Amino acid sequence: MQPKDEAELAQIIAARNAPVWIAGGGTCGSVPEGVERLDTAGLSGITLYEPGALTLVAKAGTPLFEIEAALDAEGQRLAFEPWDARRLMGAGGAPTIGGVVAMNASGPRRIAVGAMRDFMLGVRFVDGMGQVLKNGGRVMKNVTGYDLVKLMTGSRGALGVLTEVSLKVLPRPEAAGTVLIDGLSDPDAVRAMSAALTSPYEVTGAAHMPQGPGGTPLTLIRVEGFETQVTYRTGALQALLAEFPHVRVETDPDVTAALWAGVRDAAPFHAREGDVWRISCKPSDGPDLGARAQAQGLLYDWGGGLIWALVPSGTDLRARLGAYDGHATRVRGGGDGIPNLQPEPPALAALTEGLRAKFDPKGLFNPGLMA
Amino acid sequence: MELPQPDPAVLARKDALIARLRDILPEDAIIHDPAETRAYECDALTAYKCPPLCAVLPASTEEVAGVLRACHAMGVPVVPRGAGTSLAGGALPTADSVILGVARMTEVIETDYDNRFIRVQTGRTNLSVTGAVEEEGFFYAPDPSSQLACAIAGNIAMNSGGAHCLKYGVTTNNLMGVTMVQMDGTVVEIGGAHLDSGGLDLLGLICGSEGQLGVVTEATLRILPKPEGARPVLMGFDSSEVAGACVSDIIKSGILPVAIEFMDRPCIEATEAFAKAGYPMCEALLIVEVEGSEAEIDHQLGLIMDIARRHNPVELREARDADEAGRIWLGRKSAFGAMGQINDYMCLDGTIPVSSLPMVLRRIGEMSKEYGLGVANVFHAGDGNMHPLILYNANEPGQLELCEALGADILKLCVEAGGCLTGEHGVGIEKRDLMSTQFDPADLEIQMAVKDVFDPGWLLNPAKVFPLDVSEARRRPAMAAE
Repeated sequence: MQPKDEAELAQIIAARNAPVWIAGGGTCGSVPEGVERLDTAGLSGITLYEPGALTLVAKAGTPLFEIEAALDAEGQRLAFEPWDARRLMGAGGAPTIGGVVAMNASGPRRIAVGAMRDFMLGVRFVDGMGQVLKNGGRVMKNVTGYDLVKLMTGSRGALGVLTEVSLKVLPRPEAAGTVLIDGLSDPDAVRAMSAALTSPYEVTGAAHMPQGPGGTPLTLIRVEGFETQVTYRTGALQALLAEFPHVRVETDPDVTAALWAGVRDAAPFHAREGDVWRISCKPSDGPDLGARAQAQGLLYDWGGGLIWALVPSGTDLRARLGAYDGHATRVRGGGDGIPNLQPEPPALAALTEGLRAKFDPKGLFNPGLMA
Repeated sequence: MELPQPDPAVLARKDALIARLRDILPEDAIIHDPAETRAYECDALTAYKCPPLCAVLPASTEEVAGVLRACHAMGVPVVPRGAGTSLAGGALPTADSVILGVARMTEVIETDYDNRFIRVQTGRTNLSVTGAVEEEGFFYAPDPSSQLACAIAGNIAMNSGGAHCLKYGVTTNNLMGVTMVQMDGTVVEIGGAHLDSGGLDLLGLICGSEGQLGVVTEATLRILPKPEGARPVLMGFDSSEVAGACVSDIIKSGILPVAIEFMDRPCIEATEAFAKAGYPMCEALLIVEVEGSEAEIDHQLGLIMDIARRHNPVELREARDADEAGRIWLGRKSAFGAMGQINDYMCLDGTIPVSSLPMVLRRIGEMSKEYGLGVANVFHAGDGNMHPLILYNANEPGQLELCEALGADILKLCVEAGGCLTGEHGVGIEKRDLMSTQFDPADLEIQMAVKDVFDPGWLLNPAKVFPLDVSEARRRPAMAAE
């Protein structure tokens, strides 16, 4: 099914009693057997872009590259740095803005500017009864009624089919620089990243690759801004981190962009077999959880607060991690009875179930995806 | 503004309720003498008053859970209250409700600089969160004007903003986790010291839900290292249109100021008479602040002043030091107090797309003349969050109603311009009956369905947010309980 507009989509859902699988670019996985695919490609196009108001409104099926190109032409960008799942998942297709919203897909800059959800200003969606609903709007500050914009963002299509989203966008800075440290252990790397993140230099990325591009550990700390600012701040960070050996600064735009794209998309795991998990935790717990994971590969982002872990297919990673402040999501792998999303404690699970029953009483959307 | 009639059956159960509360709370935490409950009869929307059945001041999550369980069992509505600074009537009681105040819950539970968070009880004031971490060079970013008095509980309920949210975001962008008690006494932990949800973003849903989904007793808040420095520049223009165009050009230029504040002539005049900050007399004044090292600030202010000069400012004044910076901010920070000196005023909070600023300001000027009431504008221009202050005389019969009617027309204008009724104050009772201008019935219905999930009996702050006629069918069963 590929509805040509919101009205047709609403009719389809109102009349439907069998489950559907909502697909934007289809970059995050395949449609389960026996479930019909609902393609959002018909709902495409930027409906409003006001660079002076930092606001962009687009239909949910709009390809991400189209939005990025429009922003780029005005010297702006999606500051939350959405990650591109294609190479990790071995999938084709073009990511859509609706998919990015549904997955709350945020990259390394999340620690500085917020997650995808923090850039969401408004949504239109079709609920499970085929009603067209809206929440939020296109203004920066809005506390009018409940914030269903946040609820819809990251809900993986479980509550409705997004049809249009309003986003806050930001200026693209003039320059970027990355402080690189070679050879750190995981605990030392988190200590260095924490020192940088508690400095006033507005670090916009802090990641650690136990196996960097050269096969040895590499820690990366990014600053962005005006050229003079980047020079000053990378210098100040180098001085701040003087206790660590082998601290250097990389300012070549192509080299830094490639490094951070690699962190964003978990490049070290692209060509490797196995399940891939994302663990969200307190940054200082990162190294210990990394050790407990007994993984074949690790990648720390968000100053240690996000761990990408590569483990053999079918590994129950949560059993290895034990109890901690955070959650683990499997992004590659499944079909083995291990839930991909972190199971919630009973009281929260009851709220989640209650909300799903209100938004999708016929149980149509993305069967099994939230499990 | 109408309030629902109290339920006589609940009023009749007052003594039984107090007896039950005594099993849960110490005597001095239960306020039921009519002379004392009057302290809780209103919040900062002082035009509306109603003493509650009683007020309780629990000191822990367990006590909050006990109170809610008791009220749930007896079918008594509960109105949560932070510090009572709501401008929208968010903490206004009804005669048949229990005020649940968090004023005794002010502890810092955990401070963790390496991981950049603080965990507090939610009765703690906004400013004292920063107070707890500033010696280590950190701060809590959301800074509502009432930050000296307002509580984190209320900040979460209303998703409060502030002058600096252009760069740092509002409460929801700085809230990492909560401990929340549901109406039936169930205690839930949502989020924590980690980032983002593994499932539905319940934290994002709770923030801004105006105390209708649960009572938040503890909160994990993101703290940030203080910038090296900050300095503002002041610029005056001979029309609001030009000031609006200048704001848009600054934003497009790639600089992200930490604040862009706007004042119009009526506001400048009142402020000058009160605070004598030395502002130029002009049609529109902007204060733009940037952060960083001294050299970084010089560079950014230089770029901003270049942009301003292209719009022929009548005044352009850069703060060279902290003293000059203080003087530039002085007038803006005393604007509300200054207006209060000369008049009663009603502060609106509509938000509009920045591009509609000139049109909306022009229309507000026309409406002001039509109604014969003065309107002064002071607001956060970078994010379009307007604060028109409507001046009236509360002692003159009919003026409050006239003021409310003008306020409603201005808010409808904001919605027509592509904006919303409230940017940071919340709906409360104040904007409740205007919700249908912004939302279709189905949009309101799905929000009420969310409340059904968290509070099926509609006992938590039931007479707020939704127009009374729209929520009536849901509130009625609550009255029939027990």
